[in-house]
Amino acid sequence: MGMTSTEKILARAAGLDEVHAGQLVMAKLDLVLGNDITSPVAIEEFARFGTDKVFDKNKVALVPDHFAPNKDIKAATQCKCVRQFARRMEIKNYFEVGQMGVEHALLPEKGLVTAGDVVIGADSHTCTYGALGAFSTGVGSTDMAAGMATGKAWFKIPSALKFNLTGKFRKYVSGKDLILHIIGMIGVDGALYKTMEFCGPGVASLSMDDRFTVCNMAIEAGGKNGIFPVDEKTLAYLKESGAAEPRIYTSDEDAVYEKVYDIDLGSIESTVSFPHLPSNTKTLSQCPEVTIDQVVIGSCTNGRLSDLEIAASILKGRHVADGIRCLVIPATQKIYRDAMKEGLFDIFLDAGCVISTPTCGPCLGGYMGILAEGERCVSTTNRNFVGRMGHVKSEVYLASPAVAAASAVAGKIADPARLD
Amino acid sequence: MKVRGNVFKYNDNVDTDVIIPARYLNTSSAAELAQHCMEDIDKDFVSRVKKGDIIVAGANFGCGSSREHAPLAIKESGISCVIATTFARIFFRNSINIGLPILECKEASEKIKAGDVVEVNFDTGEIADVTQGLTFKAEPFPPFMQAIIKEGGLIPYLSKEEGK
Repeated sequence: MGMTSTEKILARAAGLDEVHAGQLVMAKLDLVLGNDITSPVAIEEFARFGTDKVFDKNKVALVPDHFAPNKDIKAATQCKCVRQFARRMEIKNYFEVGQMGVEHALLPEKGLVTAGDVVIGADSHTCTYGALGAFSTGVGSTDMAAGMATGKAWFKIPSALKFNLTGKFRKYVSGKDLILHIIGMIGVDGALYKTMEFCGPGVASLSMDDRFTVCNMAIEAGGKNGIFPVDEKTLAYLKESGAAEPRIYTSDEDAVYEKVYDIDLGSIESTVSFPHLPSNTKTLSQCPEVTIDQVVIGSCTNGRLSDLEIAASILKGRHVADGIRCLVIPATQKIYRDAMKEGLFDIFLDAGCVISTPTCGPCLGGYMGILAEGERCVSTTNRNFVGRMGHVKSEVYLASPAVAAASAVAGKIADPARLD
Repeated sequence: MKVRGNVFKYNDNVDTDVIIPARYLNTSSAAELAQHCMEDIDKDFVSRVKKGDIIVAGANFGCGSSREHAPLAIKESGISCVIATTFARIFFRNSINIGLPILECKEASEKIKAGDVVEVNFDTGEIADVTQGLTFKAEPFPPFMQAIIKEGGLIPYLSKEEGK
C-alpha cells in the first residue's frame, strides 16, 4: 500500500519503513515552537520533568508575539518568563521585540523549517509550514514541554483528504479565498484529525504566500496538517531563507485518500466568512450589504509582503471611508522594512491607515484594535468566533487582503474588482 | 473510577475562545482562568458549576486555538468529564495530556439533556443518564492513551517511560 507525503515524513521521523492511517507513533522532532501565551504553561510543565536542559537548544523556537510588545503587566510577566527561560536554556531561536514577528511568518522567513521536517508548535496555526513540504501541527503546552525535554511527540497517523487543484486564480482572488471556499465546502470539522493534501497542476500557479495562507487555515477545517508538494518555488524559497537541505517526500500514486476534491482555481470567487464560524462563507456576489467599523490587514494568515502589496494596490490614490479604522500589521520586521522600502507605507498613510509593529494583537482579541459592542470588522485573520476580536456582540468577517482593502475604502464589505 | 454530576449541555463547535476568551490569557493561573470559564457562551456557568458536574456537547468540541488554558479552566472549574460527539484534535490531545477525562459518544451527546444527573464509569466507558434512565457506551481509548491517563498526564507518563 502506498503512502502519502505526510505518512512518509512521519515514518522517517518514527524510524519506521512504513506507517499508515490510524497507527500511533513516537516521532523525533526537528523543531518545537512556543509563544508568550502557551510557553509559560509549558515552562511550568517542563520543570516537572526534572531536567535542566532542552533536548537541543537549536531546535526550540520561542516567539513572544501574541501580547507583545507587552500589552499590560500580566502580559509583561508572561513574556519575562519566556525570556528568562530562553536565556537559562541558551535557546538560540528566541526572538525579542525588535527581531520578533508573528511566529508563523517569522520561522519560515528565518529558515528554521525545511521540507521533510516534523514540527510541533504550541499554537494551532503551526500547520502553516506544510506550505514548505514539512509535517507541522499545533499542539498544547504539555506536548510542547514534553517535546522540549525529549525531542519527541506522539502522533496518530492521520488519514488524508486530497485537494486536486487545476487552473489559475482570477484577478483579486488569492489563497485566502481558496481556503475559505474549502472550509465553507467541508465545514469546520470537515478535515477533523486528517491531513489536507493540496496537489495537482494548479499548485504551480500559487505563490509561496498563497500556500502559507492555505496551510495556515487547515486547522479551521479541523485538519491535523495541510501540506503542499515541493516544487521549484518551494526550493527557491528555502534557498533564500537559508533553510537546511530539504528532504523531499512525494505521495505515492497508490496512496490512500478518504476523499478527493477537484477544484478549478479559476472558478473560485472572492469569499467572506460571516460570523461566527469560518465555514459560514459567502461569495462576494452573495453578500448582503454589511457596513463596518474596522479593517485589519495582517496576522499569520495574511500579513506577508504580497498581502500588503495587494492591499496597497487597492488603497493607492484612495482613502479609507469616513469613520473606518484600518489597521495594517506587517507580520515580521523584514516584511515591515520591505513594505516601507517599496513605498507601501506612504500609500497606507495617505489612505488614512495606521501601521503597527508586528503582533498577533487584534486577531485573538488581545489588544491593538479591540471591537466594542455591536462593531463589525473585516479582517484578514483566521477566526470569527463569538467574542474573538473583542465584545461578545461584535462581529468579525474573514476575507482576503484585497477584499479587506476594498472594504476599508467603501466602508462596507466590497468587491475590489468593482473599484477598478 | 466513577464520577457523577449535573449536566451542562452545549451545541456543536464550542470553540476555545468561548471556553476561555483570549482577553484572560495574560495569565496561566488555572484558578484565575476558571473564574471566566465558558463566560461568553454561558455567563451563569461559573456561578452554577459544582465539583463533579459534567459537560455534554455536540461535534467538534474545543475547536480553534491550541490554548491548554481551555481544558485547564474546565478541569479547575470542577467539571469531572466532558462528553461530546467529537473533539477538535488539539483539545483532545491537551485533555489527555493534562488528565481531563473526555469521552466521545454520539448517542449520549444527542440524548442527554441539560440538568440531567449523569454517572460515568471510565473503566468500562459506560455513561448512565440517571434522570432519564438511559445508558450509553463510549468508545474506549487505545491502550497507549489509557496509560497516559492512568499516570495522570503526559509528563508523569514520559518521566516513568524515560526512567525504565
